[in-house]
Amino acid sequence: MCGIVGLYLKNPALQGELGRLFTPMLIEMTERGPDSAGVAVYHNPVGDGATKLTLFNRDRDYAWKALETDMERALDTEASLRRVSSHAVLSIDAPERTAVDWLMDERPEVQIVSIGRIIEIYKEMGLPAEVAEEFAVSEMTGSHMIGHTRMATESAVTTAGSHPFSTGRDLCLVHNGSLSNHNRLREWLKKNAGLRFQTDNDSEVAAGYLTHRLAEGDSLEQALEKAIDDLDGFYTFAIGTARGFAVLRDPIACKPAVMAETDDWVAMASEYRSLAKLPGVANAAVWEPEPARVYTWGSA
Amino acid sequence: MAVFDLAQQPLRELNRTLHDLPEETNETHWKVTNPMGLHNIAVGLDRPITVEIDGHVGYYCAGMNQQAEVLVNGNCGQGVAENMMSGRVVVRGNASQSAGATAHGGLLVIEGDAAARCGISLKGGDIVVKGSVGHMSAFMAQAGRIVVCGDAGEYLGDSLYEARIYVRGKVSQLGADCVEKEMEAAHLEELRDLLSAAGVEADPADFRRYGSARNLYHFNVDKMDSY
Repeated sequence: MCGIVGLYLKNPALQGELGRLFTPMLIEMTERGPDSAGVAVYHNPVGDGATKLTLFNRDRDYAWKALETDMERALDTEASLRRVSSHAVLSIDAPERTAVDWLMDERPEVQIVSIGRIIEIYKEMGLPAEVAEEFAVSEMTGSHMIGHTRMATESAVTTAGSHPFSTGRDLCLVHNGSLSNHNRLREWLKKNAGLRFQTDNDSEVAAGYLTHRLAEGDSLEQALEKAIDDLDGFYTFAIGTARGFAVLRDPIACKPAVMAETDDWVAMASEYRSLAKLPGVANAAVWEPEPARVYTWGSA
Repeated sequence: MAVFDLAQQPLRELNRTLHDLPEETNETHWKVTNPMGLHNIAVGLDRPITVEIDGHVGYYCAGMNQQAEVLVNGNCGQGVAENMMSGRVVVRGNASQSAGATAHGGLLVIEGDAAARCGISLKGGDIVVKGSVGHMSAFMAQAGRIVVCGDAGEYLGDSLYEARIYVRGKVSQLGADCVEKEMEAAHLEELRDLLSAAGVEADPADFRRYGSARNLYHFNVDKMDSY
């Protein structure tokens, strides 16, 4: 069991309150996922040609400042790094590939949690309320967030096994369910798509699968349509994109999902109780997404 | 009328209060406000009272109900009125999956749509859905009646036993061993009574009847070799 929540603000005037509105949604899903929690937030885009990465290292005394200066010197460019607990957000005036290659070669002990121009991902073990506190989620601003509370069934409880999983530039995935063909698919993706995986986690394979399909030129909708055929198991997915989010449930629809929409926002959650405190929810359109149908908001 | 505000008072206190009502209680009408999608609201009732809930509820609302009338002025999460024994549950909005699962008696009315597996393993209760039902509805339903005024999703009545199904709209696909059956006078009469009990204005003649072909669950001596 896990919990999923997503909130997309249609009304830009609310963007300053994104984290304040979102945090109770995440915490309400604690009973579905008390092991770990994570959020992806979309805000503060970097300029054209620049790249924003969220990085993770468990060591509280990790030399982030040295990473920033070494990288600036090596790549002969400007960078800025902001530490947020065990994570750090690095903005660098360099293409994504250059930044990633340098980090992988020079700082293999650092894990890249997200890549893009606008996305940031924060995730940790612990109760959702503790994780939200650690990263000051309630103070976050932006256009949209998705989040996950985890009750592990398929792999170890670790930070790397927590959701959201990055699925490419400004994309991420959260998953409630379990996939039964993840081992074989992981091997296939390693061999045929050259993907690298950090965990034994089934959801990371789903994220890798989407990364692969998108790299092959699929639109997100096309990739999700193909996922219905290629992923075997139970799932409700929420996929964060630069401009919104998408939702997909497996054809049997074992795992729950509910959506709500007003003039001001669109929200999804595993259960309605996560939406129950959103402003104006009493008059919102509330519905359950149909199985095997791709829903998108923004220009996902 | 007693009002119970779930924003102020804990859910367990509500259920305990309703369970502890004496048999001849005068407090027969209860209103519950701010349900906030909580699970297990008004479960296990066994008094002839009316409980009206203003807002959306979570899972298993009015589960195991006996005697009571539970009205939900909103949507329901999974398993509304699951294993109901008697009484009446009315949902003014939509119901999530497994509505009325395993209900032995009573009437469940859903004024909106019901999602997947509505009436799964029904054991004698009645369900009337004004809207449509999702896939695998009436799966392995043993007894009771299911009326769908809208459409039915895939695999309707899969592995059906002796529950009777009436659908006014389109059935996207019948499940294994579920077949359309002739609508006889007694069925029209039964359907008229069900619609009337549910307060639905519809002409029974517009519905089709579905039931079990009885090939799956009956021992067939001619197929002895394949068992």
